[in-house]
Amino acid sequence: MDVKYNAGYNKYKDRIQQIGSTEMVINMGPQHPSTHGVLRLELITDGELVKEVIPHLGYLHRCFDKHAESMNYTKAIPFTDRLDYLASMNNSHAFVMGVERMLGIDQKLPKRVEYIRALVCELNRIASHLIAIGTYGIDIGAFTPFMWCFRDREHIMNMLEWTSGSRMLYNYIWIGGLYYDLPVGFEERCKEFVDYFKPKLQELDDLLSTNQIFISRTANIGVLPANVAINYGCSGPMLRASGIKWDLRRIDGYSVYPELEFEIPVGKGEMGAVGDCWDRYKVRVDEVRESVRIIEQCLERLTSDFKRTVDFDPRALVPRKVNIKAQQYYVRAENPKGELGFYFETQDKTDIPRRVKARGPSFNNLSVISELGKGVLISDLISILGSIDIVLGEVDR
Amino acid sequence: MENQPPRTMIEKIVEDIKNTFGEDCLVRYEDAGLQPVLSVNPSYLVQLCAWLRDNPYYHFDFLSNITAVDYYPEPRFAVVYNLASLPFQYQLTLRVELDNDRSSDHLPELPSVSSVWRTADWHEREAFDLMGVFFNDHPDLRRILMPDDWQGFPLRKDYEDPEEYHGIPIK
Repeated sequence: MDVKYNAGYNKYKDRIQQIGSTEMVINMGPQHPSTHGVLRLELITDGELVKEVIPHLGYLHRCFDKHAESMNYTKAIPFTDRLDYLASMNNSHAFVMGVERMLGIDQKLPKRVEYIRALVCELNRIASHLIAIGTYGIDIGAFTPFMWCFRDREHIMNMLEWTSGSRMLYNYIWIGGLYYDLPVGFEERCKEFVDYFKPKLQELDDLLSTNQIFISRTANIGVLPANVAINYGCSGPMLRASGIKWDLRRIDGYSVYPELEFEIPVGKGEMGAVGDCWDRYKVRVDEVRESVRIIEQCLERLTSDFKRTVDFDPRALVPRKVNIKAQQYYVRAENPKGELGFYFETQDKTDIPRRVKARGPSFNNLSVISELGKGVLISDLISILGSIDIVLGEVDR
Repeated sequence: MENQPPRTMIEKIVEDIKNTFGEDCLVRYEDAGLQPVLSVNPSYLVQLCAWLRDNPYYHFDFLSNITAVDYYPEPRFAVVYNLASLPFQYQLTLRVELDNDRSSDHLPELPSVSSVWRTADWHEREAFDLMGVFFNDHPDLRRILMPDDWQGFPLRKDYEDPEEYHGIPIK
């Protein structure tokens, strides 16, 4: 192979081999608990100071693109669940929306289907943010919030398992509809959960957000200015914490989100600079509150205007064969971690796409770590990495 | 559902590009599909991207995605750029077509846009790793998801799995 094609690798190898006498190379991961999965960060350090961060990915690469290109759209939905496995509903929602839009059935879906989708997606968003908040606490040394978050998340997991039959990987949202209607009594149980959860969330907020140790470890650490965040393609809570009101649920107004009332929390720099670790944490806490509001509205409509009827068939619009003419389409949706996109390139006379590419929000959010990690203390790097909230299933796909 | 610029705006962008960079900057403009696509001449790519990012009327400051597409058995590839504008909330798709004979000594080449959007760094590394598209002037072009000593480009349609990797049977 041409020498030119190996130049990048050789340059990296030379950098590692020629470290100075005061420098040290430290591998953080791939089996380090604070990396939240199998991520390896190669640090070039000078004592306690990090001079350079070189991330190494791919330990969890499961060839999503290749799989999606070798089977039809319906069969690829379970693979989308495994991208961000903490928010499977949101992943399949984005994928399914793209296929429906290409089929031209996105406007014909029954309202009840759309409200159920929004409901389960927001439940999953809360579950994902609870993990982010809980594990962030434990990264920094706060053990109790972790237990509280997992206790409350388990209620959501149980409800979604009741709905779809699986605890984390649901395959519940189908092209043109849903696997089943909500189980009988789901709305009431969900209402009970919301009533239980609201004071618990306040308790969690009181415990962690204003804790002096937590503030010392997160405020003014890893400050991400808005222009850097945009340039690095950061999205979701990362971008909002830097003070930019950018939420695709509002911007694109997909599904039934235009009919729902919710605020978009942004970082205000209450404890330090705008866009620091504390802001990223706080945006997530506030987003959980907004998700609870959305769930209440969905429940209210699912029990009044769009209530359960005997003849409602959530599979009525599910196509037998997905026939899409040759075209290209990029769909994006707001996941708990940020903008999840799928780029489709379809071909005529077959229901197997030519190209599917998943744009994982964690992948882009993580790329900023080399910028944020320059010149910080090793212990602060853990703070920064935790505040980015990555899921390796999505980084490596 | 998505935020496409109105047709008049796309036409204005096309007009502006032609006035700024000349007629041969844009190869084609397709608006038949759901999202309009501008096919770009690769030699103008970096200038055009920087212009689209900095132009106060368009301001496409957010690069969502870069995708490399293989058109096997045809001897060509394409690289697709999905841009978004945060202030104006519009999306735009750019596309570069590359003819290539698929030999491993001669990868399809195009200039890197990582000097315009830093996020392109990892996206281009991924395209290089999995599809074998070489980006000139990239600061750090090496494999990202596959191991550094992997042979071949797995997302190409004519890729065949190796029998083993470091003595570990794969098939």
